Amino acid sequence: MSLGLSEFPLSYLSAAGTRADRVLPLTWYLLWVAISVCLIISALLWIAVRRNPAASRTESPQSIKDVPLVRGADPVRWISLGVSISAIPLVIALVWTMVTLASTSGPPSNPDLVLDVTGHQWWWEVRYGSAEPAQVFATANEIHIPVGETVLVRLHGGDVIHSFWVPKLTGKTDTIPGQVNFSWIRADRPGLYRGQCTEYCGSQHAHMSLEVIAESPAAFDQWRAAQLAPAPATTTPDQARGQKLVEYRCGLCHQVRGTLAGALSAPDLTHIASRRTLAAGTLLNNPGNLSGWIEDPQAVKPESLMPNQFLSAQELSDVRAYLETLQ
Amino acid sequence: MMPEVITPKIGVSGLEHEAKLNELWETKPGWKGFFASVDHKEIGIRYIITAFVFLGLGGLEALAMRLQLAGPNLSLLTPSEYNQLFSTHGMTMIFLYAAPILSGFSNYLWPLLLGSRDMAFPRLNALSYWVYLAAGILLYAGFLTGNGPNDGWFNYVPYAERDYNPGLNQDFYSLGMILLGISTTVGAANFVVTAFRTRAPGMSINRVPIMIWGTLTANVANLIVVPAVSLAFFLLWMDRNFGTHFYDPAGGGQVLLWQHLFWIYGHPWVYAIVLPAMGMVSDGLPVFCRRPLVGYALVAFATVATMILGFGVWVHHMFATGLPGLGMSFFSGASFLIVLPSAVSVFAWIATIWHGRPVYRTPFLFFSSMILLFVIGGVSGFMTASVPVDLQLTDTYFVVAHIHYVLIGINVFSVVGGIYFWFPKFTGRMLDERLGKLNFWTMFIGFNLAFLPMHVTGLLGMPRRVYTYGAYGGWGPLNLITSIGSFLFAFGLLLLLVNVLKSRKSGDPAGANPWDAYSLEWAVPSPPPPYNFAVIPTVASRYPLWEDRIGDGGIVSTIDRGMLLAEGKQTIGTTAVDAVPDIVLQMAEDSYAPFWLATGTTIIFVGLLFKSMTVGIIGVAVVVLALIAWLWPSVDLREREPMHG
Repeated sequence: MSLGLSEFPLSYLSAAGTRADRVLPLTWYLLWVAISVCLIISALLWIAVRRNPAASRTESPQSIKDVPLVRGADPVRWISLGVSISAIPLVIALVWTMVTLASTSGPPSNPDLVLDVTGHQWWWEVRYGSAEPAQVFATANEIHIPVGETVLVRLHGGDVIHSFWVPKLTGKTDTIPGQVNFSWIRADRPGLYRGQCTEYCGSQHAHMSLEVIAESPAAFDQWRAAQLAPAPATTTPDQARGQKLVEYRCGLCHQVRGTLAGALSAPDLTHIASRRTLAAGTLLNNPGNLSGWIEDPQAVKPESLMPNQFLSAQELSDVRAYLETLQ
Repeated sequence: MMPEVITPKIGVSGLEHEAKLNELWETKPGWKGFFASVDHKEIGIRYIITAFVFLGLGGLEALAMRLQLAGPNLSLLTPSEYNQLFSTHGMTMIFLYAAPILSGFSNYLWPLLLGSRDMAFPRLNALSYWVYLAAGILLYAGFLTGNGPNDGWFNYVPYAERDYNPGLNQDFYSLGMILLGISTTVGAANFVVTAFRTRAPGMSINRVPIMIWGTLTANVANLIVVPAVSLAFFLLWMDRNFGTHFYDPAGGGQVLLWQHLFWIYGHPWVYAIVLPAMGMVSDGLPVFCRRPLVGYALVAFATVATMILGFGVWVHHMFATGLPGLGMSFFSGASFLIVLPSAVSVFAWIATIWHGRPVYRTPFLFFSSMILLFVIGGVSGFMTASVPVDLQLTDTYFVVAHIHYVLIGINVFSVVGGIYFWFPKFTGRMLDERLGKLNFWTMFIGFNLAFLPMHVTGLLGMPRRVYTYGAYGGWGPLNLITSIGSFLFAFGLLLLLVNVLKSRKSGDPAGANPWDAYSLEWAVPSPPPPYNFAVIPTVASRYPLWEDRIGDGGIVSTIDRGMLLAEGKQTIGTTAVDAVPDIVLQMAEDSYAPFWLATGTTIIFVGLLFKSMTVGIIGVAVVVLALIAWLWPSVDLREREPMHG
């Protein structure tokens, strides 16, 4: 894949999708107001402190008592003027906020695609729905969407609260147990957009990323068709041994469609080899990292829910050989 | 029964009178006096020292985190260590430092500012301190045994529930917070009554220092909102220990119930820990600008207005929880509006400097720089008020920068300025001025080096509460700068400690009024005698000690002639608004009852923590005995009305 991450993949000062884009001018407006206010107040404060210091009048007073008190009227015009001027950018911000809120809150009434995303400790379950049961499939930590199409994301709380955030495409919405929240995304151009859980959710909150891959509708359809397929049959003895191990060891938590591994409490592995990362964006998915992750997940992601399996070198190599066939 | 009517003697003080008062008011020396003292000055100093100890602990926790975050993918701390550290850091700074330090200043200063001899309820004051200390020890006992809070200071469910958090961590935190709530509540009740009933005659409500307005407003808010958080923690404790389902959707509970209860308390609490500090600046700055505060009435009004608006903004912590847009827009609007009362204070302070003759002493440096830090923390808060923008900003380091500008910028800078300002009153000695300037510049540069770039870290998308971060985000260099700045800031605070230890013994003698300040605490010797005022002063303006120079030549305050009130441990009670004397208050003697009541209450909480009936019963027995001792009728404490007319 030739899609690279830009220099600051989680910065929200640039956008690549409609929903994030509509907020961006308001963000910059507020930022410039904030910076201007700080500069103006700094200048006023500096002048106020320097314009009439006591030391210049009575040459370095021995005591503060030597500095006479100032008598005079109470210049409350400072306050009325200051507050009035402050109110102008404030009212603009308020109105602009309401307008932007109306144009981004959604959810859209006629989405082109509906996804169900569930936050788990510490990974993302992504379910592509369809009216036809045969068209439904699940993947993890990687969301593919067609460019230019509006995608409704229904957010479910799997265990504790997490927050779904893909800064280039959309601001945050929490996934909360007991309720369904809505977010929506529409990518304006193809690309790979990183997302991150932003509600503290326990030990491995730091390693709970996801990636959104926006691609042409044709490429998306191709990907979707591939994801629908069950796991291919094994072709070599080590792959066959690997499949058995995956079924009996990994299958207590994971699913590989078309095999005996059918549990749903951890990421679906049916097409794990097609995914770009492992362990919710923690590692790039390559053979070395895959082995390392299976061999000692607690070293890679301490306190994560994936236990060490204590596989022998042979077993590890068989499991890897099998998983690599799950394209 | 009608109170007995007496006529207080009016006169001037003399040696004999002062000796008599001293006999009446002095705390016995030794450890007996230590546990029994109800002297507000003693309690205030204890609050300040205890809160500074917690500031130090919270600071060490922060430095450990800053080492871990100095570069990407460091592994100095394990995830669960880091998570307990950041949670304990938040708990410590917000609950055990920021509010108690202000209670400490207020406890020490209020009766002196108000021209009174003690707080309205001296024993309640002692109880408030002992319970605070006990809650702090209980919470830290959890942390030191590996059972510290591990879900942030905000402690969201369901992660705090037993299914996800099986250890004792959350039980320590829940019970510790409920215990601390008792301290806050009795302290708040005491402040409210003290403000309305014990002001010197003539000190009508429009003549009190702004610090009184700030602390009073904060404590009225505490009385309203602390029950919400105590309830939140109680329900959590019930869920965890008795299988109730208040927060469990599987049992019909609501996850967001926690967030509403917590933030209904949590947001006003933020104002409770800045308004008194802003009051310290409003009162201290004029002394160094050699003129009265500009716009006293507006600043007092803005203080109250901030709090009232502050009750209606809690949902801005919950913009990402999927609440309906229309509802959120109200909270967004209210959050924007808070800018206006804040602007009142800022322009009042700048105008005071502008139209004054600033004297660059250390307290002035802290107070005036606080204005800038306040504005930086304010405008970043203004940005988060906008719902769509906040959905990007929230839970990134931008908000971490914001809260530190608010809490360090407004609270710590005002407090350290306040230490430089009032240390001479506390001890009779001046803090070293050269070391003070060095102290200020180290803290100011260190703080801004650490937290100004952190706004950018946030804008570049670094999420909060992560124990480590990858190199992919491009946040490494900024984090390194922050870590360096935080160590410099910590060094600055260390200089304060050095200065205090050094000057306590060898500082220049201060005299009663080293800054030529205007308010009543500077009319008594430094440190003040146990009875504060030998005679009860009568107040005729906001600036009693400056009247001879800026007054209108009308009625003046009298400091050295007034009610003698030496027939017992007495002070004068006045009416709530106009401060007309209407009762002679008999103040309680030193007593062990508050200490034992606090001890018994703590034992009950320990019993609840370990579900031990025996321990619980012992606790109840101690509480009952302490209450009997406390409430034992005493002829000395009957109330008497002064003769009117």
